[in-house]
Amino acid sequence: MLDAALQPVPRKSRSILPGFGLTMGYSLAYMSLLVLLPLAALALTAAKLSLPEFWDVLTHPRTLAAYRLSIGGALIAALLNTIFGVIIAWVLTRYTFPGRRIVDALVDIPFALPTAVAGIALTAVYAPTGWLGKPLASLGIQAAYNSTGIIIAMMLVSLPFVVRTLQPVLEEFDPELEEAADTLGAGRISIFFRVVLPALTPAILTGFALAFAKSIGEYGSIIFISSNMPGKTEIAPLLIMKRLEAFNYPAAAAIAVGLLAVSFILLLIINLLQAWTRRSASL
Amino acid sequence: MAGGTANLAIRTASRTGARAASPLVKWTLIAVALVFLTLILLLPLGVVAIEALSEGLGVFTSAITDPVARNAIALTLLVAAISLPASILFGLCASWAITKFRFPGKQLLITLIDLPFSISPVIAGMVFVLLFAANDRSLFGGWIQSSNLRVIFAVPGIVLATMFVTFPFVARELIPLMQAQGKDEEEAAVSLGAHGLSTYLRVTLPNIKWGLLYAVILCNARAMGEFGAVSVVSGHIEGKTNTMPLHIEILFNDYQTAAAFAVAALLVLMAVGTIIAKSYVEWRAARDASIPR
Repeated sequence: MLDAALQPVPRKSRSILPGFGLTMGYSLAYMSLLVLLPLAALALTAAKLSLPEFWDVLTHPRTLAAYRLSIGGALIAALLNTIFGVIIAWVLTRYTFPGRRIVDALVDIPFALPTAVAGIALTAVYAPTGWLGKPLASLGIQAAYNSTGIIIAMMLVSLPFVVRTLQPVLEEFDPELEEAADTLGAGRISIFFRVVLPALTPAILTGFALAFAKSIGEYGSIIFISSNMPGKTEIAPLLIMKRLEAFNYPAAAAIAVGLLAVSFILLLIINLLQAWTRRSASL
Repeated sequence: MAGGTANLAIRTASRTGARAASPLVKWTLIAVALVFLTLILLLPLGVVAIEALSEGLGVFTSAITDPVARNAIALTLLVAAISLPASILFGLCASWAITKFRFPGKQLLITLIDLPFSISPVIAGMVFVLLFAANDRSLFGGWIQSSNLRVIFAVPGIVLATMFVTFPFVARELIPLMQAQGKDEEEAAVSLGAHGLSTYLRVTLPNIKWGLLYAVILCNARAMGEFGAVSVVSGHIEGKTNTMPLHIEILFNDYQTAAAFAVAALLVLMAVGTIIAKSYVEWRAARDASIPR
Protein backbone atom coordinates (compact mmCIF):
# COMPACT_ATOMS: atom_id res chain seq x y z
CA MET A 1 0.00 0.00 0.00
CA LEU A 2 2.65 2.40 1.17
CA ASP A 3 4.88 1.44 -1.72
CA ALA A 4 2.12 2.20 -4.15
CA ALA A 5 1.55 5.59 -2.56
CA LEU A 6 5.22 6.42 -2.86
CA GLN A 7 5.32 5.54 -6.53
CA PRO A 8 5.54 8.69 -8.64
CA VAL A 9 2.23 9.41 -10.28
CA PRO A 10 2.66 8.35 -13.91
CA ARG A 11 2.63 11.46 -16.05
CA LYS A 12 0.31 11.01 -18.93
CA SER A 13 2.19 12.14 -21.95
CA ARG A 14 -0.98 12.16 -23.99
CA SER A 15 -4.19 13.77 -22.93
CA ILE A 16 -7.40 11.95 -23.84
CA LEU A 17 -8.65 15.22 -25.30
CA PRO A 18 -8.33 15.56 -29.07
CA GLY A 19 -7.16 18.41 -31.26
CA PHE A 20 -3.76 19.26 -29.84
CA GLY A 21 -1.89 18.90 -33.12
CA LEU A 22 -4.39 20.91 -35.12
CA THR A 23 -4.88 23.79 -32.68
CA MET A 24 -1.23 24.00 -31.71
CA GLY A 25 -0.08 23.80 -35.30
CA TYR A 26 -2.46 26.50 -36.42
CA SER A 27 -1.59 28.77 -33.47
CA LEU A 28 2.15 28.47 -34.04
CA ALA A 29 1.87 28.94 -37.81
CA TYR A 30 -0.40 31.95 -37.50
CA MET A 31 1.72 33.56 -34.80
CA SER A 32 4.93 32.95 -36.72
CA LEU A 33 3.61 34.50 -39.92
CA LEU A 34 1.78 37.45 -38.38
CA VAL A 35 4.00 38.37 -35.43
CA LEU A 36 7.38 36.62 -35.39
CA LEU A 37 8.29 36.97 -39.08
CA PRO A 38 7.53 40.72 -39.10
CA LEU A 39 9.53 41.21 -35.89
CA ALA A 40 12.39 39.27 -37.46
CA ALA A 41 12.20 41.71 -40.38
CA LEU A 42 12.69 44.51 -37.87
CA ALA A 43 15.81 42.86 -36.46
CA LEU A 44 17.16 42.09 -39.96
CA THR A 45 16.67 45.67 -41.11
CA ALA A 46 18.34 47.08 -38.03
CA ALA A 47 21.20 44.61 -38.56
CA LYS A 48 21.99 46.28 -41.89
CA LEU A 49 23.70 48.90 -39.78
CA SER A 50 27.15 48.22 -38.40
CA LEU A 51 27.45 48.41 -34.65
CA PRO A 52 28.99 51.92 -34.65
CA GLU A 53 26.29 53.10 -37.10
CA PHE A 54 23.61 51.58 -34.89
CA TRP A 55 25.08 53.34 -31.87
CA ASP A 56 25.26 56.62 -33.79
CA VAL A 57 21.55 56.42 -34.62
CA LEU A 58 20.62 55.69 -31.01
CA THR A 59 22.79 58.45 -29.57
CA HIS A 60 21.93 61.07 -32.19
CA PRO A 61 20.71 64.15 -30.27
CA ARG A 62 17.32 63.98 -32.00
CA THR A 63 16.91 60.29 -31.07
CA LEU A 64 18.00 60.90 -27.50
CA ALA A 65 15.59 63.81 -27.17
CA ALA A 66 12.76 61.64 -28.52
CA TYR A 67 13.60 58.77 -26.13
CA ARG A 68 13.86 61.19 -23.23
CA LEU A 69 10.45 62.64 -24.06
CA SER A 70 8.70 59.28 -24.57
CA ILE A 71 10.29 57.56 -21.58
CA GLY A 72 10.33 60.58 -19.25
CA GLY A 73 6.79 61.59 -20.18
CA ALA A 74 5.60 58.00 -19.70
CA LEU A 75 7.23 57.91 -16.26
CA ILE A 76 5.48 61.08 -15.13
CA ALA A 77 2.15 60.02 -16.67
CA ALA A 78 2.35 56.58 -15.02
CA LEU A 79 3.28 58.12 -11.69
CA LEU A 80 0.37 60.60 -11.74
CA ASN A 81 -1.99 57.86 -12.92
CA THR A 82 -0.84 55.62 -10.10
CA ILE A 83 -1.70 58.27 -7.51
CA PHE A 84 -5.08 59.11 -9.01
CA GLY A 85 -5.68 55.48 -10.00
CA VAL A 86 -5.34 54.35 -6.39
CA ILE A 87 -7.85 57.02 -5.34
CA ILE A 88 -10.29 56.06 -8.11
CA ALA A 89 -10.01 52.32 -7.42
CA TRP A 90 -10.43 52.98 -3.69
CA VAL A 91 -13.49 55.18 -4.21
CA LEU A 92 -15.05 52.62 -6.57
CA THR A 93 -14.54 49.62 -4.29
CA ARG A 94 -15.02 51.13 -0.84
CA TYR A 95 -17.72 53.74 -1.16
CA THR A 96 -21.24 53.82 -2.42
CA PHE A 97 -22.43 57.02 -4.01
CA PRO A 98 -24.95 57.89 -6.69
CA GLY A 99 -23.57 57.17 -10.16
CA ARG A 100 -20.83 54.83 -8.96
CA ARG A 101 -21.63 52.21 -11.59
CA ILE A 102 -21.50 54.80 -14.35
CA VAL A 103 -18.13 56.10 -13.13
CA ASP A 104 -16.93 52.50 -12.95
CA ALA A 105 -17.89 51.90 -16.58
CA LEU A 106 -16.43 55.26 -17.63
CA VAL A 107 -12.96 54.21 -16.49
CA ASP A 108 -12.89 51.70 -19.36
CA ILE A 109 -13.59 54.29 -22.06
CA PRO A 110 -9.90 54.67 -23.03
CA PHE A 111 -9.80 50.93 -23.88
CA ALA A 112 -12.51 51.50 -26.49
CA LEU A 113 -11.92 55.09 -27.57
CA PRO A 114 -9.82 55.39 -30.74
CA THR A 115 -6.60 57.26 -29.96
CA ALA A 116 -7.10 59.74 -32.81
CA VAL A 117 -10.42 60.76 -31.27
CA ALA A 118 -8.80 61.14 -27.86
CA GLY A 119 -6.08 63.23 -29.50
CA ILE A 120 -8.31 65.78 -31.24
CA ALA A 121 -10.65 65.95 -28.24
CA LEU A 122 -7.80 66.68 -25.82
CA THR A 123 -6.48 69.29 -28.23
CA ALA A 124 -9.88 70.99 -28.32
CA VAL A 125 -9.89 71.05 -24.52
CA TYR A 126 -6.29 71.97 -23.71
CA ALA A 127 -5.07 74.02 -26.71
CA PRO A 128 -4.50 77.72 -25.85
CA THR A 129 -7.77 78.52 -27.62
CA GLY A 130 -9.53 75.51 -26.11
CA TRP A 131 -12.13 75.04 -23.42
CA LEU A 132 -9.70 74.72 -20.53
CA GLY A 133 -6.61 75.86 -22.39
CA LYS A 134 -7.88 79.44 -22.60
CA PRO A 135 -8.44 80.00 -18.86
CA LEU A 136 -5.18 78.13 -18.17
CA ALA A 137 -3.33 80.32 -20.67
CA SER A 138 -4.56 83.45 -18.90
CA LEU A 139 -2.97 82.00 -15.77
CA GLY A 140 0.25 81.58 -17.71
CA ILE A 141 -0.07 77.79 -17.96
CA GLN A 142 0.34 76.15 -21.35
CA ALA A 143 -1.22 72.69 -21.42
CA ALA A 144 -0.86 71.77 -25.10
CA TYR A 145 1.84 71.76 -27.79
CA ASN A 146 4.42 71.07 -25.07
CA SER A 147 5.37 68.17 -22.81
CA THR A 148 2.40 68.89 -20.49
CA GLY A 149 0.00 68.11 -23.32
CA ILE A 150 1.91 64.94 -24.17
CA ILE A 151 1.70 63.77 -20.57
CA ILE A 152 -2.05 64.52 -20.42
CA ALA A 153 -2.58 62.36 -23.53
CA MET A 154 -0.47 59.55 -22.05
CA MET A 155 -2.52 59.73 -18.86
CA LEU A 156 -5.80 59.45 -20.73
CA VAL A 157 -4.81 56.31 -22.64
CA SER A 158 -3.16 54.51 -19.73
CA LEU A 159 -5.47 55.33 -16.80
CA PRO A 160 -7.60 52.14 -16.95
CA PHE A 161 -4.52 49.92 -16.71
CA VAL A 162 -3.85 51.21 -13.21
CA VAL A 163 -7.45 51.24 -11.97
CA ARG A 164 -8.33 47.81 -13.39
CA THR A 165 -5.21 46.20 -11.93
CA LEU A 166 -5.94 47.58 -8.46
CA GLN A 167 -9.69 47.03 -8.31
CA PRO A 168 -9.81 43.24 -8.01
CA VAL A 169 -7.06 43.28 -5.37
CA LEU A 170 -8.92 45.89 -3.33
CA GLU A 171 -12.15 43.89 -3.67
CA GLU A 172 -10.45 40.75 -2.39
CA PHE A 173 -8.69 42.58 0.40
CA ASP A 174 -9.82 41.17 3.71
CA PRO A 175 -11.50 43.94 5.73
CA GLU A 176 -10.82 41.94 8.89
CA LEU A 177 -7.19 43.02 8.68
CA GLU A 178 -8.26 46.63 8.82
CA GLU A 179 -10.72 45.85 11.60
CA ALA A 180 -8.01 44.11 13.57
CA ALA A 181 -5.71 47.10 13.20
CA ASP A 182 -8.60 49.35 14.16
CA THR A 183 -9.33 47.30 17.28
CA LEU A 184 -5.68 47.45 18.22
CA GLY A 185 -5.95 51.22 18.16
CA ALA A 186 -4.27 52.11 14.88
CA GLY A 187 -5.29 55.42 13.37
CA ARG A 188 -6.96 55.69 9.99
CA ILE A 189 -3.87 57.03 8.22
CA SER A 190 -1.65 54.52 9.93
CA ILE A 191 -3.99 51.68 8.86
CA PHE A 192 -3.84 52.83 5.24
CA PHE A 193 -0.07 53.16 5.10
CA ARG A 194 0.84 50.16 7.24
CA VAL A 195 -1.90 47.62 6.48
CA VAL A 196 -3.59 48.45 3.18
CA LEU A 197 -0.74 49.94 1.15
CA PRO A 198 1.74 47.08 1.69
CA ALA A 199 -0.91 44.60 0.52
CA LEU A 200 -1.57 46.73 -2.55
CA THR A 201 2.07 47.34 -3.45
CA PRO A 202 2.48 44.52 -6.01
CA ALA A 203 -0.72 45.55 -7.81
CA ILE A 204 0.30 49.22 -7.70
CA LEU A 205 3.67 48.38 -9.25
CA THR A 206 2.03 46.21 -11.90
CA GLY A 207 -0.44 48.95 -12.76
CA PHE A 208 2.37 51.48 -12.90
CA ALA A 209 4.43 49.28 -15.22
CA LEU A 210 1.44 48.60 -17.51
CA ALA A 211 0.62 52.30 -17.73
CA PHE A 212 4.28 53.10 -18.36
CA ALA A 213 4.56 50.50 -21.15
CA LYS A 214 1.39 51.79 -22.81
CA SER A 215 2.52 55.43 -22.61
CA ILE A 216 6.01 54.79 -23.99
CA GLY A 217 4.67 53.56 -27.32
CA GLU A 218 1.67 55.87 -27.53
CA TYR A 219 1.32 57.74 -30.79
CA GLY A 220 -2.23 58.49 -31.94
CA SER A 221 -3.44 60.65 -29.08
CA ILE A 222 -0.14 62.54 -28.75
CA ILE A 223 0.61 63.78 -32.25
CA PHE A 224 -2.44 66.07 -32.20
CA ILE A 225 -1.77 67.73 -28.85
CA SER A 226 1.98 67.95 -29.42
CA SER A 227 3.67 70.55 -31.63
CA ASN A 228 5.91 67.69 -32.88
CA MET A 229 9.06 69.83 -32.99
CA PRO A 230 12.19 67.73 -33.60
CA GLY A 231 14.36 67.62 -30.51
CA LYS A 232 11.67 69.30 -28.39
CA THR A 233 8.21 67.77 -28.59
CA GLU A 234 8.86 64.89 -30.96
CA ILE A 235 8.07 61.51 -29.37
CA ALA A 236 10.05 58.40 -30.33
CA PRO A 237 7.26 56.72 -32.36
CA LEU A 238 6.90 59.91 -34.42
CA LEU A 239 10.63 59.99 -35.11
CA ILE A 240 10.38 56.38 -36.33
CA MET A 241 7.56 57.48 -38.61
CA LYS A 242 9.67 60.37 -39.99
CA ARG A 243 12.61 58.05 -40.70
CA LEU A 244 10.28 55.62 -42.49
CA GLU A 245 8.84 58.41 -44.61
CA ALA A 246 12.39 59.39 -45.59
CA PHE A 247 12.94 55.71 -46.59
CA ASN A 248 15.71 55.45 -43.99
CA TYR A 249 14.51 52.00 -42.94
CA PRO A 250 17.65 50.90 -41.02
CA ALA A 251 17.58 54.04 -38.83
CA ALA A 252 13.83 53.63 -38.23
CA ALA A 253 14.40 49.98 -37.29
CA ALA A 254 17.29 50.87 -34.98
CA ILE A 255 15.20 53.45 -33.10
CA ALA A 256 12.38 50.92 -32.88
CA VAL A 257 14.71 48.24 -31.52
CA GLY A 258 15.84 50.66 -28.80
CA LEU A 259 12.25 51.44 -27.88
CA LEU A 260 11.31 47.74 -27.94
CA ALA A 261 14.21 46.88 -25.66
CA VAL A 262 12.75 49.21 -23.03
CA SER A 263 9.27 47.71 -23.56
CA PHE A 264 10.52 44.13 -23.28
CA ILE A 265 12.39 44.79 -20.08
CA LEU A 266 9.12 46.22 -18.80
CA LEU A 267 7.20 43.16 -19.98
CA LEU A 268 9.59 40.99 -18.02
CA ILE A 269 9.13 43.12 -14.92
CA ILE A 270 5.34 43.03 -15.37
CA ASN A 271 5.37 39.23 -15.56
CA LEU A 272 7.46 38.98 -12.41
CA LEU A 273 5.21 41.47 -10.64
CA GLN A 274 2.09 39.60 -11.67
CA ALA A 275 3.50 36.38 -10.32
CA TRP A 276 4.27 38.24 -7.11
CA THR A 277 0.75 39.73 -7.05
CA ARG A 278 -0.77 36.27 -7.44
CA ARG A 279 1.41 34.87 -4.69
CA SER A 280 0.63 37.61 -2.22
CA ALA A 281 -3.08 37.40 -3.12
CA SER A 282 -3.12 33.68 -2.39
CA LEU A 283 -1.56 34.12 1.03
CA MET B 1 -7.12 45.11 -19.68
CA ALA B 2 -4.00 43.05 -19.61
CA GLY B 3 -4.50 41.00 -16.49
CA GLY B 4 -7.52 42.85 -15.20
CA THR B 5 -10.17 41.19 -17.27
CA ALA B 6 -9.04 37.74 -16.26
CA ASN B 7 -10.99 38.32 -13.13
CA LEU B 8 -14.21 38.70 -15.10
CA ALA B 9 -16.01 35.94 -13.27
CA ILE B 10 -14.48 36.77 -9.93
CA ARG B 11 -15.43 40.40 -10.03
CA THR B 12 -18.73 40.06 -8.35
CA ALA B 13 -19.85 42.90 -6.16
CA SER B 14 -18.28 42.06 -2.85
CA ARG B 15 -17.96 45.53 -1.48
CA THR B 16 -17.58 45.82 2.22
CA GLY B 17 -16.71 48.89 4.16
CA ALA B 18 -14.30 47.81 6.87
CA ARG B 19 -15.83 50.44 9.00
CA ALA B 20 -17.86 53.51 8.34
CA ALA B 21 -15.44 55.95 6.75
CA SER B 22 -15.51 59.50 7.94
CA PRO B 23 -17.79 61.44 5.59
CA LEU B 24 -15.16 64.14 5.11
CA VAL B 25 -12.52 61.67 3.90
CA LYS B 26 -15.05 59.80 1.81
CA TRP B 27 -16.44 62.82 -0.02
CA THR B 28 -13.02 64.43 -0.48
CA LEU B 29 -11.71 61.29 -2.17
CA ILE B 30 -14.85 60.95 -4.29
CA ALA B 31 -14.50 64.60 -5.33
CA VAL B 32 -10.84 64.13 -6.27
CA ALA B 33 -11.68 61.04 -8.34
CA LEU B 34 -14.58 62.74 -10.11
CA VAL B 35 -12.69 65.97 -10.87
CA PHE B 36 -9.78 63.97 -12.27
CA LEU B 37 -12.04 61.81 -14.46
CA THR B 38 -13.91 64.89 -15.65
CA LEU B 39 -10.74 66.71 -16.67
CA ILE B 40 -9.19 63.79 -18.43
CA LEU B 41 -12.17 61.84 -19.79
CA LEU B 42 -15.60 63.46 -19.55
CA LEU B 43 -14.63 66.90 -20.80
CA PRO B 44 -12.90 65.57 -23.94
CA LEU B 45 -15.89 63.31 -24.68
CA GLY B 46 -18.33 66.19 -24.21
CA VAL B 47 -16.22 68.43 -26.41
CA VAL B 48 -16.46 65.92 -29.26
CA ALA B 49 -20.26 66.12 -29.19
CA ILE B 50 -20.32 69.91 -28.95
CA GLU B 51 -17.67 70.51 -31.61
CA ALA B 52 -19.37 68.02 -33.93
CA LEU B 53 -22.53 70.10 -33.87
CA SER B 54 -20.81 73.49 -33.63
CA GLU B 55 -21.53 74.38 -37.25
CA GLY B 56 -25.03 72.98 -37.24
CA LEU B 57 -26.68 69.70 -38.02
CA GLY B 58 -26.18 70.26 -41.75
CA VAL B 59 -22.39 70.22 -41.52
CA PHE B 60 -22.59 67.19 -39.24
CA THR B 61 -24.73 65.16 -41.63
CA SER B 62 -22.80 66.15 -44.72
CA ALA B 63 -19.52 65.31 -42.94
CA ILE B 64 -20.62 61.76 -42.24
CA THR B 65 -22.44 61.17 -45.54
CA ASP B 66 -19.72 62.67 -47.72
CA PRO B 67 -18.52 60.01 -50.22
CA VAL B 68 -14.97 60.09 -48.85
CA ALA B 69 -16.29 59.65 -45.31
CA ARG B 70 -18.58 56.84 -46.43
CA ASN B 71 -15.60 55.19 -48.03
CA ALA B 72 -13.63 55.49 -44.79
CA ILE B 73 -16.52 54.00 -42.83
CA ALA B 74 -16.80 51.10 -45.30
CA LEU B 75 -13.06 50.41 -45.10
CA THR B 76 -13.14 50.51 -41.29
CA LEU B 77 -15.98 47.97 -41.26
CA LEU B 78 -14.19 45.77 -43.81
CA VAL B 79 -10.96 45.78 -41.81
CA ALA B 80 -12.83 44.85 -38.62
CA ALA B 81 -14.78 42.16 -40.49
CA ILE B 82 -11.54 40.46 -41.53
CA SER B 83 -9.34 40.96 -38.47
CA LEU B 84 -12.01 40.01 -35.92
CA PRO B 85 -12.63 36.42 -37.16
CA ALA B 86 -8.86 36.00 -37.52
CA SER B 87 -8.27 36.90 -33.86
CA ILE B 88 -11.18 34.72 -32.76
CA LEU B 89 -9.93 31.66 -34.66
CA PHE B 90 -6.42 32.10 -33.29
CA GLY B 91 -7.73 32.73 -29.78
CA LEU B 92 -9.90 29.60 -29.78
CA CYS B 93 -7.07 27.42 -31.11
CA ALA B 94 -4.34 28.82 -28.87
CA SER B 95 -6.45 28.71 -25.71
CA TRP B 96 -7.45 25.09 -26.38
CA ALA B 97 -3.88 23.95 -27.00
CA ILE B 98 -2.46 25.88 -24.05
CA THR B 99 -5.04 25.13 -21.37
CA LYS B 100 -5.96 21.51 -22.14
CA PHE B 101 -2.52 20.00 -22.76
CA ARG B 102 0.91 19.86 -21.18
CA PHE B 103 3.90 20.80 -23.27
CA PRO B 104 7.29 22.38 -22.75
CA GLY B 105 7.63 26.09 -23.42
CA LYS B 106 4.04 26.90 -22.55
CA GLN B 107 4.94 29.98 -20.52
CA LEU B 108 7.12 31.26 -23.36
CA LEU B 109 4.23 30.84 -25.79
CA ILE B 110 1.89 32.80 -23.50
CA THR B 111 4.47 35.57 -23.28
CA LEU B 112 4.88 35.64 -27.07
CA ILE B 113 1.12 35.93 -27.53
CA ASP B 114 1.21 39.05 -25.35
CA LEU B 115 3.96 40.66 -27.44
CA PRO B 116 1.81 42.86 -29.67
CA PHE B 117 0.28 44.48 -26.56
CA SER B 118 3.63 45.86 -25.52
CA ILE B 119 4.73 47.02 -28.96
CA SER B 120 4.16 50.60 -30.02
CA PRO B 121 1.44 50.82 -32.71
CA VAL B 122 3.91 52.60 -34.98
CA ILE B 123 6.31 49.65 -34.76
CA ALA B 124 3.39 47.27 -35.39
CA GLY B 125 2.78 49.06 -38.67
CA MET B 126 6.39 49.57 -39.66
CA VAL B 127 7.30 45.87 -39.57
CA PHE B 128 4.99 45.35 -42.55
CA VAL B 129 6.59 48.29 -44.37
CA LEU B 130 9.99 46.66 -43.82
CA LEU B 131 8.62 43.42 -45.29
CA PHE B 132 6.36 44.52 -48.11
CA ALA B 133 7.00 48.11 -49.21
CA ALA B 134 7.18 48.29 -53.01
CA ASN B 135 10.79 49.44 -53.18
CA ASP B 136 14.29 47.95 -53.10
CA ARG B 137 14.74 48.67 -49.42
CA SER B 138 12.14 46.26 -48.06
CA LEU B 139 12.79 42.55 -47.65
CA PHE B 140 10.20 41.33 -50.17
CA GLY B 141 10.32 44.58 -52.16
CA GLY B 142 11.80 43.08 -55.30
CA TRP B 143 9.19 40.38 -55.45
CA ILE B 144 6.36 42.83 -54.70
CA GLN B 145 7.56 45.23 -57.43
CA SER B 146 7.55 42.49 -60.04
CA SER B 147 4.02 41.46 -59.13
CA ASN B 148 0.77 43.38 -59.26
CA LEU B 149 0.19 42.87 -55.56
CA ARG B 150 0.44 45.96 -53.37
CA VAL B 151 0.43 45.52 -49.61
CA ILE B 152 1.77 48.84 -48.33
CA PHE B 153 -0.27 51.95 -49.15
CA ALA B 154 -3.09 49.51 -49.93
CA VAL B 155 -5.87 47.67 -48.12
CA PRO B 156 -3.94 44.40 -47.41
CA GLY B 157 -1.38 46.31 -45.34
CA ILE B 158 -4.12 47.97 -43.32
CA VAL B 159 -5.70 44.58 -42.67
CA LEU B 160 -2.34 43.04 -41.68
CA ALA B 161 -1.48 45.89 -39.29
CA THR B 162 -4.89 45.63 -37.66
CA MET B 163 -4.58 41.85 -37.37
CA PHE B 164 -1.23 42.38 -35.67
CA VAL B 165 -2.52 44.79 -33.02
CA THR B 166 -5.69 42.76 -32.33
CA PHE B 167 -3.81 39.43 -32.33
CA PRO B 168 -3.70 38.83 -28.52
CA PHE B 169 -7.20 39.99 -27.55
CA VAL B 170 -9.19 36.73 -27.62
CA ALA B 171 -6.39 34.37 -26.57
CA ARG B 172 -5.40 36.69 -23.73
CA GLU B 173 -8.94 36.63 -22.32
CA LEU B 174 -9.65 32.92 -22.81
CA ILE B 175 -6.39 31.42 -21.49
CA PRO B 176 -6.77 32.43 -17.81
CA LEU B 177 -10.50 31.71 -17.95
CA MET B 178 -10.03 28.18 -19.31
CA GLN B 179 -7.06 27.55 -17.03
CA ALA B 180 -9.33 28.27 -14.07
CA GLN B 181 -12.00 25.93 -15.41
CA GLY B 182 -9.65 22.99 -15.89
CA LYS B 183 -10.36 20.12 -18.24
CA ASP B 184 -12.43 17.71 -16.14
CA GLU B 185 -15.68 18.44 -17.93
CA GLU B 186 -14.19 17.91 -21.38
CA GLU B 187 -12.43 14.72 -20.26
CA ALA B 188 -15.70 13.40 -18.85
CA ALA B 189 -17.49 14.16 -22.11
CA VAL B 190 -14.80 12.49 -24.21
CA SER B 191 -14.56 9.41 -22.02
CA LEU B 192 -18.32 9.05 -22.30
CA GLY B 193 -17.81 8.85 -26.04
CA ALA B 194 -18.49 12.42 -27.18
CA HIS B 195 -16.83 13.52 -30.37
CA GLY B 196 -14.08 16.15 -30.08
CA LEU B 197 -15.93 18.90 -31.92
CA SER B 198 -19.21 18.25 -30.18
CA THR B 199 -17.39 18.30 -26.83
CA TYR B 200 -16.02 21.70 -27.76
CA LEU B 201 -19.33 23.08 -28.94
CA ARG B 202 -21.43 21.65 -26.11
CA VAL B 203 -19.09 21.69 -23.12
CA THR B 204 -16.27 24.19 -23.68
CA LEU B 205 -18.01 26.92 -25.61
CA PRO B 206 -20.92 27.37 -23.16
CA ASN B 207 -18.35 27.73 -20.37
CA ILE B 208 -16.37 30.43 -22.12
CA LYS B 209 -19.09 32.25 -24.04
CA TRP B 210 -19.14 35.41 -21.91
CA GLY B 211 -15.37 35.67 -21.82
CA LEU B 212 -15.26 35.18 -25.58
CA LEU B 213 -17.94 37.78 -26.19
CA TYR B 214 -16.16 40.19 -23.88
CA ALA B 215 -12.92 39.79 -25.80
CA VAL B 216 -14.66 40.15 -29.16
CA ILE B 217 -16.30 43.41 -28.09
CA LEU B 218 -12.99 44.98 -27.03
CA CYS B 219 -11.17 43.51 -30.01
CA ASN B 220 -13.70 45.09 -32.36
CA ALA B 221 -13.24 48.50 -30.75
CA ARG B 222 -9.49 48.25 -31.23
CA ALA B 223 -9.86 47.05 -34.83
CA MET B 224 -12.15 49.94 -35.72
CA GLY B 225 -10.19 52.55 -33.83
CA GLU B 226 -6.58 51.61 -34.57
CA PHE B 227 -4.62 54.64 -35.69
CA GLY B 228 -0.84 54.37 -35.28
CA ALA B 229 -0.25 51.01 -36.96
CA VAL B 230 -2.68 51.73 -39.77
CA SER B 231 -1.28 55.21 -40.26
CA VAL B 232 2.17 53.81 -41.12
CA VAL B 233 0.95 51.44 -43.83
CA SER B 234 -1.97 53.40 -45.27
CA GLY B 235 -0.36 56.13 -47.35
CA HIS B 236 -3.51 58.20 -46.69
CA ILE B 237 -4.98 57.84 -50.16
CA GLU B 238 -8.31 59.63 -49.99
CA GLY B 239 -11.26 57.38 -50.73
CA LYS B 240 -9.01 54.32 -50.97
CA THR B 241 -6.84 53.64 -47.93
CA ASN B 242 -8.29 55.94 -45.27
CA THR B 243 -10.03 54.34 -42.34
CA MET B 244 -12.22 56.49 -40.08
CA PRO B 245 -9.42 57.47 -37.66
CA LEU B 246 -7.18 58.44 -40.59
CA HIS B 247 -10.00 60.41 -42.20
CA ILE B 248 -10.41 62.29 -38.90
CA GLU B 249 -6.70 63.15 -38.91
CA ILE B 250 -6.87 64.55 -42.43
CA LEU B 251 -9.98 66.63 -41.72
CA PHE B 252 -8.50 67.94 -38.48
CA ASN B 253 -5.16 68.90 -40.05
CA ASP B 254 -7.11 70.53 -42.88
CA TYR B 255 -8.88 72.80 -40.35
CA GLN B 256 -12.23 71.15 -41.10
CA THR B 257 -12.72 70.89 -37.37
CA ALA B 258 -16.49 70.39 -37.27
CA ALA B 259 -16.30 67.65 -39.90
CA ALA B 260 -13.42 65.95 -38.05
CA PHE B 261 -15.42 65.94 -34.82
CA ALA B 262 -18.52 64.71 -36.66
CA VAL B 263 -16.69 61.56 -37.78
CA ALA B 264 -15.07 61.36 -34.33
CA ALA B 265 -18.56 61.46 -32.78
CA LEU B 266 -19.41 58.25 -34.65
CA LEU B 267 -16.36 56.57 -33.11
CA VAL B 268 -17.26 57.92 -29.66
CA LEU B 269 -20.69 56.31 -30.09
CA MET B 270 -18.91 53.08 -31.03
CA ALA B 271 -16.73 53.36 -27.91
CA VAL B 272 -19.67 54.09 -25.60
CA GLY B 273 -21.62 51.22 -27.16
CA THR B 274 -18.60 49.01 -26.57
CA ILE B 275 -18.47 49.94 -22.89
CA ILE B 276 -22.20 49.38 -22.43
CA ALA B 277 -22.03 45.97 -24.14
CA LYS B 278 -18.95 45.10 -22.09
CA SER B 279 -20.67 46.05 -18.82
CA TYR B 280 -23.67 43.93 -19.80
CA VAL B 281 -21.44 40.92 -20.53
CA GLU B 282 -19.62 41.38 -17.21
CA TRP B 283 -22.94 41.50 -15.41
CA ARG B 284 -24.18 38.34 -17.15
CA ALA B 285 -20.91 36.53 -16.48
CA ALA B 286 -21.06 37.46 -12.78
CA ARG B 287 -24.69 36.31 -12.63
CA ASP B 288 -23.88 32.98 -14.29
CA ALA B 289 -20.91 32.49 -11.97
CA SER B 290 -23.05 33.05 -8.90
CA ILE B 291 -25.58 30.38 -9.95
CA PRO B 292 -24.24 27.03 -8.78
CA ARG B 293 -24.29 24.50 -11.58
